[in-house]
Amino acid sequence: MSLICFRDVTLGYQGQPVVKDISFEIFQGDCLCVTGQNGSGKSTLVKALLGFVSPMQGKIIKDGTLKNAVGYLPQQQPAQNDFPASVREIVLSAFQGRKKFFSFYTAKEKQLVEENMEKMQITHLANRSFKELSGGQRQRVLLARALCAATRMLLLDEPAAGLDPIVNEKLYETIADLRKDGMTVVMVSHDLDRALPVSSHVLQLGQTMQYFGPTSEFDPESSLKEESKNADRNFS
Amino acid sequence: MQIEISLETLFSSNLAPLLLKALVVGLLTAVCSAILGVPLVLKRYSMIGDGLSHVGFGALAIVTALGVSPSSRMLAALPIVILAAIFLLLLSESGKIKGDAAIALISTGSVAAGYIILNITGQGAGDICSSLFGASILTLQNMDVTLSVLLATGVLLVFVLLFSKIFAVTFDPVFARSSGVPVSPLNILLAVLSAVTVVVGMKMIGAIMISALIVFPALSAMRICKRFRQVIFCAAGLSALNFLLGLFFAATVEFRVGGQTSSLPIGPCVVFFNALTLLLCMGAQRFVKKKETPLASENASEKVKNPNKQ
Repeated sequence: MSLICFRDVTLGYQGQPVVKDISFEIFQGDCLCVTGQNGSGKSTLVKALLGFVSPMQGKIIKDGTLKNAVGYLPQQQPAQNDFPASVREIVLSAFQGRKKFFSFYTAKEKQLVEENMEKMQITHLANRSFKELSGGQRQRVLLARALCAATRMLLLDEPAAGLDPIVNEKLYETIADLRKDGMTVVMVSHDLDRALPVSSHVLQLGQTMQYFGPTSEFDPESSLKEESKNADRNFS
Repeated sequence: MQIEISLETLFSSNLAPLLLKALVVGLLTAVCSAILGVPLVLKRYSMIGDGLSHVGFGALAIVTALGVSPSSRMLAALPIVILAAIFLLLLSESGKIKGDAAIALISTGSVAAGYIILNITGQGAGDICSSLFGASILTLQNMDVTLSVLLATGVLLVFVLLFSKIFAVTFDPVFARSSGVPVSPLNILLAVLSAVTVVVGMKMIGAIMISALIVFPALSAMRICKRFRQVIFCAAGLSALNFLLGLFFAATVEFRVGGQTSSLPIGPCVVFFNALTLLLCMGAQRFVKKKETPLASENASEKVKNPNKQ
């Protein structure tokens, strides 16, 4: 059975459709790379995957095991720029969704935090304040938090934004490793050169669904031409 | 003009019980508003406190016009302010009207309504002045003490039980929601607690100035502390200290101009000390920044470290 299934889904806000006719399925262990130009509905799709937006038409079926098991990497928000919090506090907050009251973390959770901070190479920053960090360092903190929250699925919105090449490499290695352990990954990415080698499927959006299928049959070149043709048509 | 410091008021036997009431109500409100202020300021909701205090003024006018006795006016105004808080929050979340515009609409609207009602019912200018700028401690009722103790218990309970959830919701509501934290109920809880704080504090500090107690301590604490928990403790401490200073100043310092003696109201004094603290904290932040090693050097050393790890 699939983890997530979209059937002829139309997404949008206040009666205005953003992206139409999306149909795809994700199975456990898949890595789906979502791509498309600005305004093609990628972020809306992410919101639908998280359940923040309900479909205007069609049906989204999600496996029950995904509840509180998705590690989400949002795009950074300017409101966080002056936030007084240590890196460790932020990564630990990944577990809050599974807790009722109080804030005691188990030894296992603390260990997971240390492991994921090590993976993202931020262990030496653990006691630093978030507001003192650079954009790339912040991205690594939020990635570590997403890794902690992900027990079944990792949902990454532009994971490579602001990362230097070394950490970027490490990120895709981590994704490949996680998939071996059965993790399902969905990532929105423009960085196709790096994202495609680790992904199993591609979903290309542009107001409608332009491609969905295995990565091996996806030709980024032709789709780019298609997109620029569309863009030309839109301009003329 | 003569300035005179007298400890008479402080120790005169007939004022002492009132001063004790003022101390309890004021300290508890100051601490609660500072604690609530940290998430509110960080969520960019500072103006909600301001909007609520104006709604509080309108609500007080309405219950006064309805003939509610002075001792239970606060309690009667409370539901109106709580509803306004929830409404403001939902309005700014839905994004239909931008949050700041929504607050401006509601706060000016309720001040207008309150002023009209007070004029129709023929309340004196004294009443309006005291509810806008804070009354003297002579008007404090036992109900105020009860309310402030209840409020403080509520705020402390919520922050002890839900501290990390409030942190998660404040830092990143989108992630918090995706990981299963009940974001909207927590926001509403914060809004309701802010409404209670505003109503309880309004009488002493004044409707116009009560939001200073929410904003100033949080901003001061954020200048000198780096962690969320530290900021909350620091804000609470600074707020309590500034309230004590303000109360002491208002109770002991007398101005003599010509033949007339006048003492200062508490509200503006407390706000004044809060403003002074913020300036001091900004100075301290600059001083510390100069002494600290800049982050750039840390970044450089990290880049040297990385290749070894690979």
